[in-house]
Amino acid sequence: MQGIIEKVTELLDNGTVDRVLAWKAGEFSYDRTPAVFDKESGLYGLVYDSFCVNNLSKYLIEESKKDGKVLVLMKPCDSYGLNMLIKEHRVDREKIYVLGVPCKCKVSVDKIKATGLTGILDIVEEGNDIKVTTVYGDTTLDRKDVLCDKCMVCKDKVVVVYDEKIESDETAGIEKLDRMAEVEALEAMTPDERFNFWRSQLSKCIRCNACRNVCPICSCTKCVFDNDNTGISSKANVDSFEENMFHIVRAYHVAGRCTDCGECSRVCPQNIPLHLLNRKFIKEMNELYGTYQAGTDAEAKDPLTAFTKEDAEPSVIYNR
Amino acid sequence: MLKFTSDQMSTLFSAISAMKTLYVPVEKGGEVTFGVWSETEKVRLDALKTVKSAKDLFFPQAETMMGFKMEGKNIEIQVPEEKMDEFVVFGVRACDAKSFEVLDNVFLAEPVDTYYALRRKSGIVICAACTRPEESCFCNVFGIDATAPAGDIVTWTVDGTLYWEAKTEKGEAFTAQLSEYLAEATAEEEAAVAAQNEAVKAIIAKLPYANLKVDGFTGDRMMEYFNSPKWAELYQACLGCGTCTFVCPTCQCYDIRDYDTGHGIQRYRCWDSCMYSEFTKMAGGQPRLTQLERFRQRFMHKLLYYPMNNNGLFSCVGCGRCVNKCPISMNIAKVIKALGDE
Repeated sequence: MQGIIEKVTELLDNGTVDRVLAWKAGEFSYDRTPAVFDKESGLYGLVYDSFCVNNLSKYLIEESKKDGKVLVLMKPCDSYGLNMLIKEHRVDREKIYVLGVPCKCKVSVDKIKATGLTGILDIVEEGNDIKVTTVYGDTTLDRKDVLCDKCMVCKDKVVVVYDEKIESDETAGIEKLDRMAEVEALEAMTPDERFNFWRSQLSKCIRCNACRNVCPICSCTKCVFDNDNTGISSKANVDSFEENMFHIVRAYHVAGRCTDCGECSRVCPQNIPLHLLNRKFIKEMNELYGTYQAGTDAEAKDPLTAFTKEDAEPSVIYNR
Repeated sequence: MLKFTSDQMSTLFSAISAMKTLYVPVEKGGEVTFGVWSETEKVRLDALKTVKSAKDLFFPQAETMMGFKMEGKNIEIQVPEEKMDEFVVFGVRACDAKSFEVLDNVFLAEPVDTYYALRRKSGIVICAACTRPEESCFCNVFGIDATAPAGDIVTWTVDGTLYWEAKTEKGEAFTAQLSEYLAEATAEEEAAVAAQNEAVKAIIAKLPYANLKVDGFTGDRMMEYFNSPKWAELYQACLGCGTCTFVCPTCQCYDIRDYDTGHGIQRYRCWDSCMYSEFTKMAGGQPRLTQLERFRQRFMHKLLYYPMNNNGLFSCVGCGRCVNKCPISMNIAKVIKALGDE
């Protein structure tokens, strides 16, 4: 954290950058809000800790339209999203200074609360201990037990696009889970079971559009669901068909482009495991076209946008 | 004060549900929502807050208002029946109960919204006093007592026993129907309820938002707040999603649209969100062009426009759902702090 503040201060002072996109500490010891800092505002409130979970890459669409250069603190998993935005010409790379920051996996306050803790007044992290003070008493949790789900299947700890990066050899010390295990569990269900699973999940949707708005890949200037002229509404599910289809349409639209950053599931107020739709596509593409990770670089063609005569025919392959 | 004589809540629920449709907090797909009670539902009375509030039962997220059918030059208008069986909602917290007052001021004022009025008339609200408030709660800031909710009937749970008090005529009539399950509470028991309420209030006083100051949000200062330079900083990270508005018990904006079903027109209304880009879009265009203006609208409405039209009643009840659910952790409590006089 201190190293980050020093580096950011140096780059602001020597004029390399004009603004800094980072996280700001909130009212509680766990709420973090993305924020832009500059020389005038100072770096008061800038924080980088285990609760800085928001993916900042999407904010660069607007930030890089402004004058001057913006420095962004870039976690490893968010950097894949930035590469996709560069590849799809949605950000101006020249106006962005990427400062890669290390990540030893993020802590989920929802998981802390799921242990039964409530009325949280303070959370202090000491090594592997998460010390929680609440109005009902104090508890110490093991950090490994309250990590964000997406961190449990972390891709790696490499920032894939940066101008400079701050290194750290700290790790969460966890054994990573198999990223496709949840998808395989769904595949193992009977069609009826799977249908019922998705119906029970998708019927919770309140059409707040948080999943879409937070997604660095959902970057259309005007989403079809926001266009009055389409006759469909972004505000309510007119029927259960639309309730299902909104998320399925979105999953198709980001297929081959989704970096699996997990923000869609994190922001969902109803905790619908939306990432599983995307991950199913990733798994299929890996099987059909060879392993591919969207956002590893800003040049490679996506499996679904690059056509070669050798391409597999999914229906043929899966029938064999 | 009465008490429920069994320790099995399902006895009470099955008695109520034999008479009327009963809504209780139930777990669906891992989240708690108000749903129709049945033996097989997983009831979650321990949940402090449902994801969506009880507002849904009176002002549903989407409802069909009427239908149109055209045959030649004739248009048949299909208006839904203005009849509804009584229903009961059990487990409404003090914040959500107060939100009905906020909504009543809007929907029951002339011209009365008949859809909402019918549901309000038909609904019996049984509240549950809070026993375990959390850090995002701040109902006390708006003068709400979490241990004394404003419903037709109020219940308190102390050491596994449910205590019961009717507060309105409707509540008394319904209590009479359940008399075989209820008995007078003793003076000691009433004292235990009062003691628990005091303990809960002492906890609330220790919560981080307990001392938010809202006195400064008065109509004479409307333009000062409207023009505050702080909005630019506050809205900065807003994603423009509708989470805060859809989990809010007092948000009441809606949109009305016609849907061509292929064999007629369905006119429906659905919740709208001031956070959305096409909110209140008119023939002349969009009155709030940027997210800053849309963001500001929400808080100006809660803290100034609504109270200015409703004798100073704020249209926030401090339930804290937006505090818990905002993807970027921006919420009305932060806005109050930033703009307020502190």
